[in-house]
Amino acid sequence: MDFLRPTTWEEALAAKADRPEAVPIQGGTDVMVELNFDVRRPAALLDLGQVAELRAWGMVGGFCRVGAGVPYTTIIEELGGPLPGLAQASRTVGSPQIRNRGSVGGNLGAASPAGDSHPPLLAADAVVEVESRDRGVRMVPATAFYLGVKRSALEPDELIRAVHVRPATGPQYFSKVGTRNAMVIAVCSFAIALHPGERRVGTGLGSAAPTPRRAYEAEELLARELDWQAPLDPALLRRFGELCAAAAAPIDDVRGTAAYRVHAIGVMARRTLTWAWNDHLGRRAA
Amino acid sequence: MRVTFTVNGREESADNVWEGESLLYVLRERLGLPGSKNACEQGECGSCMVYLDGVPVCACLVAAGQAEGRQVRTVEGLAEGDRLDAVQEAFAECGAVQCGFCTPGLIVQAHDLIARVERPSDAEIREALAGNLCRCTGYEKILDAVRLAARRKAAT
Repeated sequence: MDFLRPTTWEEALAAKADRPEAVPIQGGTDVMVELNFDVRRPAALLDLGQVAELRAWGMVGGFCRVGAGVPYTTIIEELGGPLPGLAQASRTVGSPQIRNRGSVGGNLGAASPAGDSHPPLLAADAVVEVESRDRGVRMVPATAFYLGVKRSALEPDELIRAVHVRPATGPQYFSKVGTRNAMVIAVCSFAIALHPGERRVGTGLGSAAPTPRRAYEAEELLARELDWQAPLDPALLRRFGELCAAAAAPIDDVRGTAAYRVHAIGVMARRTLTWAWNDHLGRRAA
Repeated sequence: MRVTFTVNGREESADNVWEGESLLYVLRERLGLPGSKNACEQGECGSCMVYLDGVPVCACLVAAGQAEGRQVRTVEGLAEGDRLDAVQEAFAECGAVQCGFCTPGLIVQAHDLIARVERPSDAEIREALAGNLCRCTGYEKILDAVRLAARRKAAT
């Protein structure tokens, strides 16, 4: 096995172009588990820990651009204002020591349907910035990034550089079902983002289908029928929950049954919309 | 490959390190620092925690090569000579140690907590220790120890 240690982004892209089979490693919270348990023996590890820019975030063209290696701890401490949904989801990742190392870039690279950052990225229309030495930058919407269980749109010679998310213009919430409050891989999860300027609501389902996904029909229902000045209509709320549950296509596995997941998605959809709507009306009243 | 980094203030090198090896393995098996414990090897238990450039991490999830040129502080590096750190003293006094396997990780994590938060609430202590498993104590005496260490630190 080779251990590649680029110190700049350009060096990292060159290394990935020359050695597309190299496995990128940032916080190591997924990759090292596979190495420790002999699940994976890559020909090379590509350590991105020396590429300092990956751990920085900033505002670019109206978007919050979060470097692929920004640890969850930083997202929680610094980005709760502009990215509340992602910060809430980050807060549920692993444990403090895992959040000190794990990153959204790693979550995207692993592309597990259970990754905690995926639902809020989908709900907030995030775009993933990927790059290769030979073909340059591609901006991939989160909706087009997840292709299958642990499969993404990332090409073998590409690396994830950052994720771009518009700062929230309305309330956002994340909800996750698990057996305890720490060290939990989601049984299933749900994110919601209100976009009051566009009279639109974004959704994201986690661990409830082969890929993280949005509940498009549920979003369309709200875009059509939601009265943004009024209290939530209970019948509309119920139909929203039903359509979110209908968007799920889960499996039975060690963490839960498909039937339970479908039910829980509906419950979380109703709850998070209620929380967000209370905030929305509260803000309008204030 | 050769890996060189600073451990508890001293520069150390290890040779013939396998590229997929963890920092934990290098510390325990190559540098003679068995304080950090090897248990789950998947970041679930917190027994192997060390500071990496001042940030508490699971040493089992850091590739050895990622530590190159960096500062590592292990549980062995918390005491000053024969004088135990306040957290270590409090763990001993409160009976927060039974089999002892989880203790080094808990001490590193508690050490970081009381360095950052002057008077941590019980909720903050529980949250900070959520990634450190103990199968003996039931955690009550560990909570006592962290409260005691925090109180003493705030009083100094």
